[in-house]
Amino acid sequence: MHRLNRRQLLGSSAMALLMSSPEARATIIKGGLPWKPGSADPPTAVSPGGWHYFTPQEAKTVEAFVDRLIPPDPQTPGGKDIGCAVFIDRQLAGSYGRNENLYMMGPFQRGTKQQGPQSPLTAAQQYRKALAALDDACRNEYSGKSFADLSDEQKDEVITGLENGSFKLDGFDGQSFLTLILTDTRNGFLADPIYGGNKDMAAWKMIGFPGTHYDYRDWIDRHNERVTLPTVGIASHPNWSK
Amino acid sequence: MARRLPGKDAVIIGLGWTGSILAHELTQAGLDVVALERGPWRDTATDFPISYAQDELRYRLQHQLFLQPAQMCVTFRNNASQTALPVRNWGAFMLGNGVGGGGLHWNAETFRFLPTDFTARSHLTQRYGEKFLPEDMTIQDWGVTHDDLEPHYDDFEYLCGTSGTAGNLQGKIQDGGNPFEGARSRPYPTPAQKQGYGHTLFAEAAKQLGYKPYPQPSGNLSQSYTNPLGVTLGQCTFCGFCEWFGCANYSKATPQTTILPVLLRNPNFEARTECEVTRINLDNTGKRATGVTYVDPSGEEFEQPADLVLLCAFQLFNVQLLLLSGIGTPYDPRTGKGQIGRNFTHQTMSTAVGFFDKDKYNFNPFIASGAIGMCIDEFNGDNFDHGSAGFVGGGYIGQVRTNGRPLESMAVPPGTPAWGAKWKQALRDNYLSSVICGGACHASFYSYRDVYLDLDPTYKDRFARPLVRLTIDFHDNELKMSAFLTDKYAEILQQMGAKEVVKQPRKGPYDVTDYQTSHLCGGAIMGDNPDNSALNRYLQSWDVPNLFVQGAAAFPQNAGYNPTGTVGALAFWSAKAIRSQYLKNPGPLVHA
Repeated sequence: MHRLNRRQLLGSSAMALLMSSPEARATIIKGGLPWKPGSADPPTAVSPGGWHYFTPQEAKTVEAFVDRLIPPDPQTPGGKDIGCAVFIDRQLAGSYGRNENLYMMGPFQRGTKQQGPQSPLTAAQQYRKALAALDDACRNEYSGKSFADLSDEQKDEVITGLENGSFKLDGFDGQSFLTLILTDTRNGFLADPIYGGNKDMAAWKMIGFPGTHYDYRDWIDRHNERVTLPTVGIASHPNWSK
Repeated sequence: MARRLPGKDAVIIGLGWTGSILAHELTQAGLDVVALERGPWRDTATDFPISYAQDELRYRLQHQLFLQPAQMCVTFRNNASQTALPVRNWGAFMLGNGVGGGGLHWNAETFRFLPTDFTARSHLTQRYGEKFLPEDMTIQDWGVTHDDLEPHYDDFEYLCGTSGTAGNLQGKIQDGGNPFEGARSRPYPTPAQKQGYGHTLFAEAAKQLGYKPYPQPSGNLSQSYTNPLGVTLGQCTFCGFCEWFGCANYSKATPQTTILPVLLRNPNFEARTECEVTRINLDNTGKRATGVTYVDPSGEEFEQPADLVLLCAFQLFNVQLLLLSGIGTPYDPRTGKGQIGRNFTHQTMSTAVGFFDKDKYNFNPFIASGAIGMCIDEFNGDNFDHGSAGFVGGGYIGQVRTNGRPLESMAVPPGTPAWGAKWKQALRDNYLSSVICGGACHASFYSYRDVYLDLDPTYKDRFARPLVRLTIDFHDNELKMSAFLTDKYAEILQQMGAKEVVKQPRKGPYDVTDYQTSHLCGGAIMGDNPDNSALNRYLQSWDVPNLFVQGAAAFPQNAGYNPTGTVGALAFWSAKAIRSQYLKNPGPLVHA
């Protein structure tokens, strides 16, 4: 995850043109454009293996779930093998999971749909609560089986029920949970592989997105031609030096 | 108690486009200027270098270059009968933060408004009669004309190096440009950008239907350019990671790439970052600003005295700071009295998605710039007869698709399930061969009596100051206009050869989770007298003459274009008045 406190670090260090005034501790910029080598803030690549937020049971449920949202086919892996669950796990363990950048001051109250989500729970807390409720509901409905142990047809039945509101979760709105996990799964499928999903850029190759090239001047006039450049991600780009 | 610092000639609140322009103009005039910026310093090499600038998750979905709601939020409701709630995560609009402001990560669409946009009320009532306008519509003339601003549109375009094709050169209509634009004194500084396949096909189809397509004026430059300050920008490479992102290539016009390198060398100027201004201070008459109070990153409070105060923050926060500082009279929607918060507007965006035969069409949507595309202006402003249309206003229509970034390019044909094998197959089949363009119909949002800004009674910021409250909904006039424009755009997509076109006209109620644009306007509008405006025609406060308020808060209503060209022109216009009139004789530039 990004080092979100880098700015504070910068503010307190001596920089060529960024100085800390003795009279006002603000960062003062004058005399030219400030710049300090080594102060860039590249993303940290997700390391594979293990779970940073999910419990083993939660991870099992999420892997099963994402593999039905985006099932494998002969050309392209499904949500599980492409890393969607790993992506979600790492996101929930970071600033996204903690709602770190969002306005989280109360009072909390339900508003209209147009006013947007108003939950006092962070994204990570929502997953914890909803995944437990999902397994409970599955055990009640399918003779003691948790979500991951259901057949593919049964899993799809549950997801369809969450979608249309007929499959209820105790203490959590099932439709909201489906929206949350579907959005995160799609993001994991299609985001840069540096974040743990889209393994081998398989989703980009599937749709025909050549990745993070930064120069298409040779291609702008080549209308209606399939771009033949190799697919690249941030960490496989020639400019990446970390 | 705030610590009192030595006085400055001028203090600037917010160092985005307008703050940078005003700072440069005033330091050139010899003033000692300090700018206070709430966010951090940002530069290309540190914050969005070419090795990782193209990160859609980080910059688009997680808004890393933007103001975070945790730092400052706003509240929203559709109407006064509802309780406003905080916009906990940004949706309908995105607010800038840090040096460069929104100018750092904008698309760089650099339009001029139409001459009649500046005289909206008098023009429309003259053409259609007083009764033609809805009773609660509060549009008015700006107090400034297109001719007044033309030299300053020119200043801004030549600062930026804007790439475009002139449509009206000193009154002569030019082939390939927008024939509806006001007369410009000289061509764009650089020729229009090249266009991709989808954009080109749109222009051909529009021509076949009898329209006059023109390239969108772009601050992503078609060639390298050295501006009048001596700062050089590079050629845009069509990377497809422009708006929401910083440009790693120095080819998007931003304060950083056009003005800051010169401004920061001026010994009369300094910027203090991560300093949040909490109020503008007034003397005991209430008619003169004595400076500002701000909080630095350590939490310590300072008073910065200054002879001149330039309010250059984002529109919402300009209005919030006026309200928090007790400057002017807050607007009361019941009586229509009071100026601060009145005539708040946004934009009315709509589109249609075109699905094409994947074996015949490959649009390579990822080859694009932030302001690429071809547009038509036949249905903008009052360029067509509204007599039978049943609404006023309009917008440009264009294939202005800026990217093929995967997380924003998941359109699938209607009837496709939201998940499962069919969804996956539809994504595979349509990514390269669909035309998805959120900004296709970029239309006006006129002002109404019940759309306004005030201070929220409940929700507070981290300094326990009230958040600004947005009360906003669409009115029938705008929804009718949106349906009309969307139909016109859909016809062009059909003409391009789409096998299926899905219209998405704007529908009410206004939804704060649904991105439109970040073009929020009004709330401290300009006009010709203090009974209809907060600012005079030079953006000078009627109430506090040593305070000038820059930016789109001054727009009496929003036109059918992106606002930054007009924001930049107004900044140069205001700066000229300060330099040539105010500094010689400080006081009101217009006598009420």
